[in-house]
Amino acid sequence: MSTIQVEIVSAEEQIFSGEAEMVYAPAVMGEVGIAPRHTPLISPLKPGEVRLDMGGGKEEFFFISGGILEVQPHLVTVLSDTAIRADDLDEAAALEAQKRAENALADQQSDLDVAKAKAELAAAAAQIQAIKKLRRK
Amino acid sequence: MAGGKEIKTKIASVQNTQKITAAMEMVAASKMRRAQDQMFATRPYAQRIADVVSHVASSHPEYKHPFLIDRPIKRAGIVAVSTDRGLCGGLNTNLFKQALNHIGELDDKGVEIEVVTFGTKALNFFKRIGAKVVAETSHIGDSPEISKIIGPVQTLLQRYEKGDIDVIYLIANEFVNTMTQQPKMVQLVPVQPAPDKELSHHWDYIYEPDSKEVLDSVLERYIESLVYQGVVENVACEMAARMIAMKSATDNAGEMIDELQLIYNRERQASITQEISEIVGGAAAV
Repeated sequence: MSTIQVEIVSAEEQIFSGEAEMVYAPAVMGEVGIAPRHTPLISPLKPGEVRLDMGGGKEEFFFISGGILEVQPHLVTVLSDTAIRADDLDEAAALEAQKRAENALADQQSDLDVAKAKAELAAAAAQIQAIKKLRRK
Repeated sequence: MAGGKEIKTKIASVQNTQKITAAMEMVAASKMRRAQDQMFATRPYAQRIADVVSHVASSHPEYKHPFLIDRPIKRAGIVAVSTDRGLCGGLNTNLFKQALNHIGELDDKGVEIEVVTFGTKALNFFKRIGAKVVAETSHIGDSPEISKIIGPVQTLLQRYEKGDIDVIYLIANEFVNTMTQQPKMVQLVPVQPAPDKELSHHWDYIYEPDSKEVLDSVLERYIESLVYQGVVENVACEMAARMIAMKSATDNAGEMIDELQLIYNRERQASITQEISEIVGGAAAV
């Protein structure tokens, strides 16, 4: 099966560079699957996980807290806001972040604005989901 | 023996200073390597996003983003990136000099200035010259995180969108090599994309959900990445400049010690000679 070059980069570092048979990414309009020779596409990404089908039943997961997906026929670029290897995720930190965001939502008097708190909550939830998925494997 | 003890004390104090500067030199050298690594790590993202921006800007979507449109300049925003601490040679001073030149030019044209500062040195400087500082971030640390950049940059972008300012410049140090750091100024907004090499193909992306929303997030991240690169590069510059400054301080301390030692020896020799001649004179008198 043919493959497509995948680059996952964040502003702070390069996270992944290699070939995959299929790329799944959480675009704002819903999850998209990109196969080789996909037509050029550009879309913002929601917090969630990017899944790479490496062929032979092998998969790789990357958690991202939003970003931009750029697709060209032979190249998929994920410009991630803060992409960390899902293996490295610290579940405790994610739960703590979720709690902090929940507290901020419960206590509207605090300076943190609601939209930001909601975004934090979504990001933390996505992190936890990615970790759970890794655990199951 | 006049002043012998004083000279000894002075030598000891210079030696202590030398120890400190030598230690600072080594710390700066190791931090510089780390900062350089981080600088290189940010390049793939910056390269990719610059490619996307240049493509999007030169293809012809139905929507022209305000960040891409030039307009008459009445008020300008400046992002100034400096260090938090001193003892790094002329790094900040050179940067501020360049900034002042530029502000002077704008002032002659009757353009008003707003400043966003990174680092305490820039904050103090612009406060002192009475510039209007609209946002600031300091204590960014040796490995800056992009999350600390977003807030201040957003401030300026929002003001740009509202029409409060018409152009945004970034002033930061450029890391040429370990010995050379150069202040440079780039225009952030309106974005001046590099000409697209592939323009002849005349293809365009599918924008999802639509070109406006996509352009918004792409351009915002592009600008953030430019500022972030400036901040990261400035850290590398700071460390390199500090390393050089501390190296020359250590060398100077060494020279000073040699000189003081020479004076001390000369003085000691003079006092011995004097004592001998006094004894000889005394013996002859008896």
